[in-house]
Amino acid sequence: MVGVGIIAGFLGPVPTLPILHETIRNVYFHVPMWFTMLTLYLISVVYSIKYLGSGKEEHDLLAVEAVNTGIVFCIMGLLTGMLWANITWGDPWPNDPKLNGSAIATLMYLAYLVLRNALEEEQKRAKISAIYNIFAFPVMVVLLYILPKLTDSLHPGSGGNSTFGDLDMDNQMRPVFYTAVAGWILIGIWICTLRYRMRLLENKRNLLD
Amino acid sequence: MTILQEVRTLVYKDIILEWRSKYAINGILLYVLSTVFVCYQAFKSVDTLVWNALFWIILLFASINAISRSFTQESPYRQLYYYTIISPKAVIMAKIIYNALVMLLLSTIAYISYSITFSNPVGDPALYTLAVLLGSISFASVFTMVSGISAKAGNNSTLMAVLSFPVIVPLLIVLIKLSQNALNGLDRTASSGEILVLLAINVITITISLLLFPYLWRD
Repeated sequence: MVGVGIIAGFLGPVPTLPILHETIRNVYFHVPMWFTMLTLYLISVVYSIKYLGSGKEEHDLLAVEAVNTGIVFCIMGLLTGMLWANITWGDPWPNDPKLNGSAIATLMYLAYLVLRNALEEEQKRAKISAIYNIFAFPVMVVLLYILPKLTDSLHPGSGGNSTFGDLDMDNQMRPVFYTAVAGWILIGIWICTLRYRMRLLENKRNLLD
Repeated sequence: MTILQEVRTLVYKDIILEWRSKYAINGILLYVLSTVFVCYQAFKSVDTLVWNALFWIILLFASINAISRSFTQESPYRQLYYYTIISPKAVIMAKIIYNALVMLLLSTIAYISYSITFSNPVGDPALYTLAVLLGSISFASVFTMVSGISAKAGNNSTLMAVLSFPVIVPLLIVLIKLSQNALNGLDRTASSGEILVLLAINVITITISLLLFPYLWRD
């Protein structure tokens, strides 16, 4: 499955559509990054809720690693987006509600990591950061997906703009786009579980020492 | 006791405690007044855009100062005592209500002093007042939960700022937009969307606080 994801991600740019001067290829990279980030944050919230219910350390570890990986994807999404914006809108950081929202959402999750560093005691850290995580998630959704829809945004799909789906994507691009999305999400989850297993092994070794 | 009675008693207790010392409330009021005055000295006269932004920034910092101590003014032992006799939901509800009351007082005074020093360019005062009221309630509901979290984490003020600023920003954006509409005296139907979003965010944060606080206080 991961192999399929990687191949789909790299095969993505093959078909060409000269609408946005070839930069439409970026839709294979930029959009899946955000989908992956959202999936990872969702996993993180689910495991935070589970942690509060069960108190198992593994759930907390998985929640943290999901946020860690999600931030990497968020940064990659920002970078690809800045590249794209530089070409199409003429400015790497136009004053767009979705951009500002994503920057603030990133700050929020960085604050989550800072909060974790501030706490020494492990169980307390797990519990308090789980609470903050659950608290932050709806705000993130409002920032990224509700506020830009209300105001005028340069992004497609908000402020009366039509989405990419109706406008520019022809049927040739669609399958590649969907496989790219699925592939990147799977890669994100894979990296997250790898890190999670590493953390588990580290914990076990610490216990043995 | 039912939960409503508990909430009422707790709010009453908080008000009495505050009334006895009057230290915190006077400090915050003085803080607001002096900030307004400093801004007045620095800016003299401003256009409506800056007027609006400045007002919300003053209110934001005042409210962080006011609310960040809401879980630390009483000793941990006394809090432990409360937790043994009442439900945590009542505690957080009471704190939110009390903080909302403090914020209402605070924002009213800030608004009055602000419009006296700077001239008041508001086109639709009723709507602006509504925005201020909604804003103070929203600040209270968000900051109360965050201050609970940061109080558990050793209560340093950096943590409070780091945790609360990203969470408050979407609220602040909607608030500034709503109050800008009121400033320009736009038709009220133009701002009904913002009012709905504000109410929805408030409902969401209060429900999440109610759901999560029982986990927070149990050590």
